[in-house]
Amino acid sequence: MNNISVILIIVGIAFDLFGCIGLLRLPDLYNRLQSATKCVTLGTCSILLALFLHYGFTSVGVKALIAIPLLFFASTVGAHILIRGAYKYGLKLTDKTVVDEYKEVDQ
Amino acid sequence: MKYITLFLMTFILWLLFTFTLGIYSLIIGFVVSLVITLLFGNRYLSDWKLYYNPVRYFWALVYLVIFIWECLIANFDVAYRVLSPKMPIKPGIVKVKSNLSSDIAKTFLANSITMTPGTITVDVIDDNIYIHWIYVSSQDPSVYTKKLIGRFEKLLKKVFE
Repeated sequence: MNNISVILIIVGIAFDLFGCIGLLRLPDLYNRLQSATKCVTLGTCSILLALFLHYGFTSVGVKALIAIPLLFFASTVGAHILIRGAYKYGLKLTDKTVVDEYKEVDQ
Repeated sequence: MKYITLFLMTFILWLLFTFTLGIYSLIIGFVVSLVITLLFGNRYLSDWKLYYNPVRYFWALVYLVIFIWECLIANFDVAYRVLSPKMPIKPGIVKVKSNLSSDIAKTFLANSITMTPGTITVDVIDDNIYIHWIYVSSQDPSVYTKKLIGRFEKLLKKVFE
């Protein structure tokens, strides 16, 4: 295994870890989703890219490469649906919230 | 023509997924793509002409580079907010008006917003995009509209409209 893919895997695992720490530390669901979508997506994409660099243009490598855009769409659409569903369900935003312009639509 | 475009896209995706040129794999891919095309051809790709315009692919490439850069920044930004002991967050939901008209361009804009620094799309209603923002730095609509979607909107207009 070459050095670049090792580095990419380490970076990916680090970002996955940051995402999980954020999931525990941030105050409400809306902020937690921020860390869950961004950090975890980049971390996983980085690991997949390392897989592609290691295997090159073979069956495994190309599959890893296609998984990246699919993961992007899945995680963004998933985050959007979760955050909208939570709002419609009536989950409160944290006390630190400064502005909420979505309220007008909800009623 | 709409059907042929969709068929080509599904078939190429199948070829990349299997990554063999065995005759059985090809036959299965052909049949599955054909079935999918016949079932869903009506619904998707009402604007198939876009896919045969090389200029749009060039702009899509530019867009992709900028998007990946923004995405990297986003990750360092969120990682910093998560790891910092004080946790500098000031969340809020803001309303942004976009000039894009086609549905696919709006979809891409909403997805890009979700992947960029500290923002998630909550809902898209007509032209208004509601965005959850982890650090509301300004409450002036013209300032944050430019900050949140300004970079992407121009490029997406060139790619999709």
